[in-house]
Amino acid sequence: MSLRFHGRRLAVLLGLMVSLGAGQAALADGDSGRVALLPKYQQECAACHLAYPPGMLPAASWQRIMAGLPKHYGTDASLDPATLRELSAWLGAHAGTYKRVREEPPQDRITTSSWFERKHREVAASVWKRPAVGSRANCAACHAGAAKGDFDESGVRLPR
Amino acid sequence: MRFSTPHQWPAQAGLAAVVLTAAVIFPVARAATPAGQLSGYSAQAGAPAAPARGQQFFTTRQGREWSCASCHGAVPTQDGKHASTGKAIGALAPAFNPQRFTDPAKTEKWFRRNCNDVAGRECSAAEKADVLSWLMSLQR
Repeated sequence: MSLRFHGRRLAVLLGLMVSLGAGQAALADGDSGRVALLPKYQQECAACHLAYPPGMLPAASWQRIMAGLPKHYGTDASLDPATLRELSAWLGAHAGTYKRVREEPPQDRITTSSWFERKHREVAASVWKRPAVGSRANCAACHAGAAKGDFDESGVRLPR
Repeated sequence: MRFSTPHQWPAQAGLAAVVLTAAVIFPVARAATPAGQLSGYSAQAGAPAAPARGQQFFTTRQGREWSCASCHGAVPTQDGKHASTGKAIGALAPAFNPQRFTDPAKTEKWFRRNCNDVAGRECSAAEKADVLSWLMSLQR
């Protein structure tokens, strides 16, 4: 019995499978930033720092962060109960679940995740100290599209 | 003795509704401006605001690591910068940023948080009035 698909049809089918597979791989790398941000999350959580994509931390980390807002990495970021509930639910629903993000990083900081450190291993320590950058948490200093969830390496510019 | 006849009641009810609505909306609408919020805080403080005191409070550390100026700048007529994250913070003086002090709930939220960070406590109504009066005095 011969194959049902042969010749051109087989080539098309194989081509489709390959591009789908490639698409999946590309998504897996950048998809932590692709969830549309809840406007209230943007409003309440982007005043002092970037509204970090919820997929960058696992749900357990987000839970701890939201439970400790009055002492949020050295500052009072407390919210009214209704807003707290709403944002906690949204963060939990969009938290990172794929392999890399399942790790709960030290202090629940995105910047101490091993994936973050791996991605930024080529950035010299002095770069973080430049006034235009300030800290690892200041994504937008080098990732111009960070607020839109775009962390693509091709868009990275290190400020002087 | 009757003060009004039944056929006047609908008109009177309408008038009462308008007056009551205005009584509710007017203060709320006033509070949606810096001046409205200032008069609210001054009234609570029971004393007129003192801009010079407000500037002093704003630019001096109150026993902890940060002063208001640490993030907002000593003269907040341009973007400030978060002392920890480096994120840009819009100018705080209303003359330089028309969104400032137009939402009383937002004002109260940020006073609650930031006074806790700066002073370890709530700011008094007098302190809020002083600071706001100074911020309003910053003009182009």
